[in-house]
This record gives sequence, structure tokens and C-alpha cells, in this order.
Amino acid sequence: MKCRRCSGSAVVEVRRHNAAFCKDCFPAVFTEQVRRAIRRFDMLEPEDRVLIAVSGGKDSLALWDVLLGLGYDTTGLYLGLGIGEYSDRSHDTTAAFAGSRGADLVVVDLAEEYGFDIPTAGRKGSRSTCAVCGLSKRYVFNKAAVDGGYDVVATGHNLDDEAATLLGNTLRWKTEYIARQSPVLPATDGMVKKVKPLHRLSELETAAYAFLRGIDYVVDECPLVAGNTQLRYKEAMNSIEAASPGTKAQFFLGYLDRGMPLFERTSRPTVRPCDACRQPTTGRYCAFCRAQAQVLGRRIEEPGPDDGLETARAMSEEVMPAEMYGAAGA
Amino acid sequence: MKVKLRNPDRQVELAGGRVIREVLDELGVNPDTVLVIKDGELVTRHDHVGEGDELEVRPVISGGSA
Repeated sequence: MKCRRCSGSAVVEVRRHNAAFCKDCFPAVFTEQVRRAIRRFDMLEPEDRVLIAVSGGKDSLALWDVLLGLGYDTTGLYLGLGIGEYSDRSHDTTAAFAGSRGADLVVVDLAEEYGFDIPTAGRKGSRSTCAVCGLSKRYVFNKAAVDGGYDVVATGHNLDDEAATLLGNTLRWKTEYIARQSPVLPATDGMVKKVKPLHRLSELETAAYAFLRGIDYVVDECPLVAGNTQLRYKEAMNSIEAASPGTKAQFFLGYLDRGMPLFERTSRPTVRPCDACRQPTTGRYCAFCRAQAQVLGRRIEEPGPDDGLETARAMSEEVMPAEMYGAAGA
Repeated sequence: MKVKLRNPDRQVELAGGRVIREVLDELGVNPDTVLVIKDGELVTRHDHVGEGDELEVRPVISGGSA
């Protein structure tokens, strides 16, 4: 196959565009896609301080690499989840990337800061492992951004992530979650602005970018994620995509163009500071503090009528209902 | 031909002398869900692989929550 741009030997095929690119052109094409997404959705201003949630995986490191290349003021935030050797390797990989780029990295260890790790929370809490992991990430990312005075939190969610999430929410007609599945969530009520600059790019493309840029990322999957509901949705989408290239992009990007306005909400929940941590919540205590208390065996007031779901939604940058993560690793 | 598979890591011996798409078909792998690396270089499913080549088939699908 020949590169669409230079007719050189192609190394990446993007079937939904019926195109292929060589090792020199593909990173430029990828970067241009990110730049377009940032511009179209007004994700970032040149003077913004951007906190990037980094895991050591291909998506977050590719995102960080692109934003550094585009000249943004970025800091990485790595959250130590306490998942044994997997977390150790993820931390070391992230730190090595930051060191190689001369980039700033903030490390928060869940056990040191909050007294529990994810495997323990999965065993002792009422949420599945993936659900409490997602809740913890969203909480820590937002808190770190507020405390550090950052303007934006950027995450490496890609097209496959977004299409799978939209599929799951649509299958259950979770209309309020569907309404919030935007690549940009504006800052509100103690919530920092959240952006997903990779939402137009597939996992194959982010992996290829990371490989071609020489980024040493963690290839291994989280050992607790087997059976994850989102993985099953991805497999379903990939089966359809294999027969009809472009379906994933049409589904999610078509939703952004034509579907999202049909689901827009006219009212938002009233939020207040959590009595324990001062992060925003609709009840007396936020979902994270209640989960933490449950895992640590501490007493905390019973949840309110919404059982924290509204709070979880307000804090979510992924907007997939917690129950949809299933009982992976529990 | 040696083929390295990931998650979990393992190695298998398969026949070369064909295009990579045919190798992936034999493995039951959707080409859109993996990077294929031949002797350290990224390749497409249309590229040819010889008996003496070493392939890595690296999954790109991740299922984390955030």
C-alpha cells in the first residue's frame, strides 16, 4: 500500500478513510486530527494550564506527546491504583516518559492519600472493581486540578472508548448519560473543564502513533479488567466495523453532529460542597467519600435519595453508568 | 516463522510465505484490533511475511474505566 500523502510505503491503514500512511506522514496526520478536535470544540486556549490524566498506556501518553508537540502547558497526573506489578510498571513507564520529555509529572498514590487501593475496594466495597476505579480517577483528577489551579483536565479517551460508551448507554436508553457524552464538559460548580482531544481517533491509530513516535507504553491490560462490559461493547463494535468500515465513526461522530442536540438537558442538579472533602456533590457526602468510608469501615451518613448517581454523573467525564462496568475483577 | 502474541505473552510457530492478513485469519484476529510489527517495523495486513521473519501481534484494545 502507498501513503496517501507522499506515496511512500504505508505502515498504517485507516480503513474507514480508505487510506494508508507511511511512518513519517502518519504522526503528522494524527496530530492534525487532534488539532482539529481542539479547535472545533474550543477545548484548549494557548494560555491554559492543562492537567493530563496519564496511566502509562498508549492513549494518555500519545495525547501528552501531541499536546507537548503543539506547545501546550501540560502537567501529567498519575494515580497509583495499587494493582501490584501492573501499577508499578505503569508508574515507571509514565515517569520515564515524563523524564524523557522534560515534562512535569504529579503522582498521587490512592493508598497513601485515601487509605485504600483498588483491589481492596473491589473486594470490600459494594461497587465493582472497575466502577470504584473510575470513580476514584474522576474524583482525584478533578480535585488535583482544582487544588493545583489548572484550567482543564485532558483525558486520552479515543473513538473506540466513546463509541462503546454510547452503544452501552443507547442499549439501555440512559438518556441523561447520552446527553452528557460530549468531548468537552465545561467547568461548573467546582468541576474543572474536561476535554477528550483523541475522540476522533481509533485505538489502532493511537497505538500506531505511540509506536511510531517511539513511546514506550504499557501494552499489558489491567489484570482486573477481564469481563469488563465496555470490552464486550468494543468487541461488538469491532465485529460490525470489520464488515462495514466507518460504522464506529459514523455512530459516535454522527451523534455529536446530529444526535446530541436531541438529548440536551434543560436543567442541572444543584450541587454543594461535600461535608467531608468539599468536592461538589448533590447530597451531604460525595460518592467517593461514601465509597471510601465503606471500604475503610468508617461511619458516614446514609446516602440520600439519589444514592449518589447524580453526583457520579456530575463528576463523570466518561458518563457511562457505574453499573455498566459489571463485576470485573470483583 | 516466529509469532509473538501478547496479553498474555506467548510465542507460536506459523507458516510464512504469505500476506499478514492470512496469518491473522489463522489466528482468528481482527486486523483492526492489533498492531503487527515485523522485525521491529510496523506493517499493514497487506504486507508479505517470510519464513525467517519475526512477527509481534500486539492488541490495541483496552477496557479500563477512565
